[in-house]
Amino acid sequence: MLRNFSLAREDAIAILLFAALILLVFPIALDPFRLNLVGKYLTYGFVALGLVLCWGDAGILSLGQGIFFGLGGYCMAMFLKLEASTPAATKIQSTPGIPDFMDWNQLTALPWFWRPFHSLAFTLAAVPMVPMLLALVIGLAMFKRRVGGTYFAIITQAIAAILTILIIGQQGYTGGVNGITDLRTVKGWDIRTDHAKFILYFINGGLLILCLLAAKFIRASKLGRILVAMREREERVRFSGYDVAAFKIFAFCLAAALAGIGGAMFTLQVGFMSPSFVGIVPSIELVIFCAVGGRTSLLGALYGVLLVNWAKTLFSEDMPQLWLFAMGALFIGVVAVLPSGLAGLYHDYLEPLVRLRRPTPVRLAGPAAEAGKTEAAR
Amino acid sequence: MIGKSDFLLAVEGLSVSFDGFKAVDDLSFYIEQNEIRVIIGPNGAGKTTVLDLICGRTQASAGSVRFNGRELTRLKEHQIVRAGVGRKFQTPSIYEDLTVFENLEISYPRGRSVFGALTFRRDTAVRERVAEIAAMISLDTLIGERAERLSHGQKQWLEIGMLLIQDPLLLMLDEPVAGMSVSERKTTAELLHRIIRDRAVLVIEHDMAFVEDIAHRVTVLHQGKVISEGSMQHVKSDPRVIEVYLGH
Repeated sequence: MLRNFSLAREDAIAILLFAALILLVFPIALDPFRLNLVGKYLTYGFVALGLVLCWGDAGILSLGQGIFFGLGGYCMAMFLKLEASTPAATKIQSTPGIPDFMDWNQLTALPWFWRPFHSLAFTLAAVPMVPMLLALVIGLAMFKRRVGGTYFAIITQAIAAILTILIIGQQGYTGGVNGITDLRTVKGWDIRTDHAKFILYFINGGLLILCLLAAKFIRASKLGRILVAMREREERVRFSGYDVAAFKIFAFCLAAALAGIGGAMFTLQVGFMSPSFVGIVPSIELVIFCAVGGRTSLLGALYGVLLVNWAKTLFSEDMPQLWLFAMGALFIGVVAVLPSGLAGLYHDYLEPLVRLRRPTPVRLAGPAAEAGKTEAAR
Repeated sequence: MIGKSDFLLAVEGLSVSFDGFKAVDDLSFYIEQNEIRVIIGPNGAGKTTVLDLICGRTQASAGSVRFNGRELTRLKEHQIVRAGVGRKFQTPSIYEDLTVFENLEISYPRGRSVFGALTFRRDTAVRERVAEIAAMISLDTLIGERAERLSHGQKQWLEIGMLLIQDPLLLMLDEPVAGMSVSERKTTAELLHRIIRDRAVLVIEHDMAFVEDIAHRVTVLHQGKVISEGSMQHVKSDPRVIEVYLGH
């Protein structure tokens, strides 16, 4: 919180550096295949931003962010699948004009909940709204009854498992374990070409920066301070006249909406969506990405996502069977040694070096006094 | 004489039991506007539970709490706060990670909804009010300091300040001078004298010198029931009070 006030300039520089890295350095340095991979990693960045607000700040650990990532991704996939399933393209099916997997599963008409996804506008609204609505229902049921902590984490994990089973079981409606595949165009624009992937990468990166700025704004507002205060002293916040449940529901819904946007961008860039991104393992992976980078630092979490995924790709190319063990070791290591992740390392060791080189002699006064000055000046 | 409806707080027939143990048993008492009431009693008498019941932290199994014309037993904690009841906890309950300024600002009674908090602006009114309260609790020179750096006594004052900034009609303090040094205790007594002028205060305290110093009336609790009530002189000479509490 203090850094938000006293290091506003450093914050701006840090965001610019990150933006330059993903919008300039990567596109120049990487070939189309690798760039598309980074684009995929960055979609997890949306989830990480949500986790920083929800888990890092408000202290609500959700082990089910895959649910919301998946829902956003499925919304987008449904739209793309419908556009790819024109009567002309599917004329060999016994029921032309419906997605191929429905035809294989003896469905003869498009289910009602698929119909609105003919509309791109509806789909774009549904991408954040559907995850948010589910989060709202879960939040109302849990937080109004003051279920929190470990119990909440376990329940989100159970919901992730249930949703995966539901998607796999309802093959005719969801494409089952294969997911929704063979996605082609958005309003006639082919998303499978290298050129389209290049453009989608920038849309994704730009959106991520926008979401990062929005999250920064929320953290700098009184709302952000209340989230932190709630994590520390829930009772005190309640007895200062705040409806604690409403603030928790807000944080959880926001994290869900961000995850949904990430999921939709994932579908667009990778070209399919399947239950393997919804369940328990991907949900926990998302939490690990965030924990490694630093759950109380937005940029830290984003760098964490990039680093862990980069390591994952390296590992998986050479020794795929070892990755899960490496991942587990990484998580245990971070929790045991580095509770604030890489961002904590930076904050404790690198930042003082950067600051010492600056001409302003603030070391004597200390960070708190400096914050006080800023406060008085505001 | 004033009628019962003129009381600021009317607690009637209040009961609560935990696993069959009656912590508060058919309790009734009344607090007038601007009255300073101290609740004393031996450990386990149900003093803190009474505060918990009034501020909604514990649900009553029977009875009513009428405050300023409203029934509190059906309201949620934050609604009770907004109705004008401020509660200080026994151990200092402040936000250690935030500065003194931010601690007071969070308690400022505006922007309490989610979107109100998002659009909350730190304007002149807020800054002036925070400065005023900080001066009142002698923390004006430490306003940019992180709260974790404060001494135990200063943390207690900060929490009192966080209540004052809400300008409650009824202030409930649970052992405000516990764990304080002699000089801190003196300053706190002075602080309390200043802030209690235009409001009713309900205090739990064990320090008899302090109680004698501030109380208008004293209520003595024992095993969840009122065993004596009145001026300090009155309760001090009450043989039942001497037997269960003061005699030791």
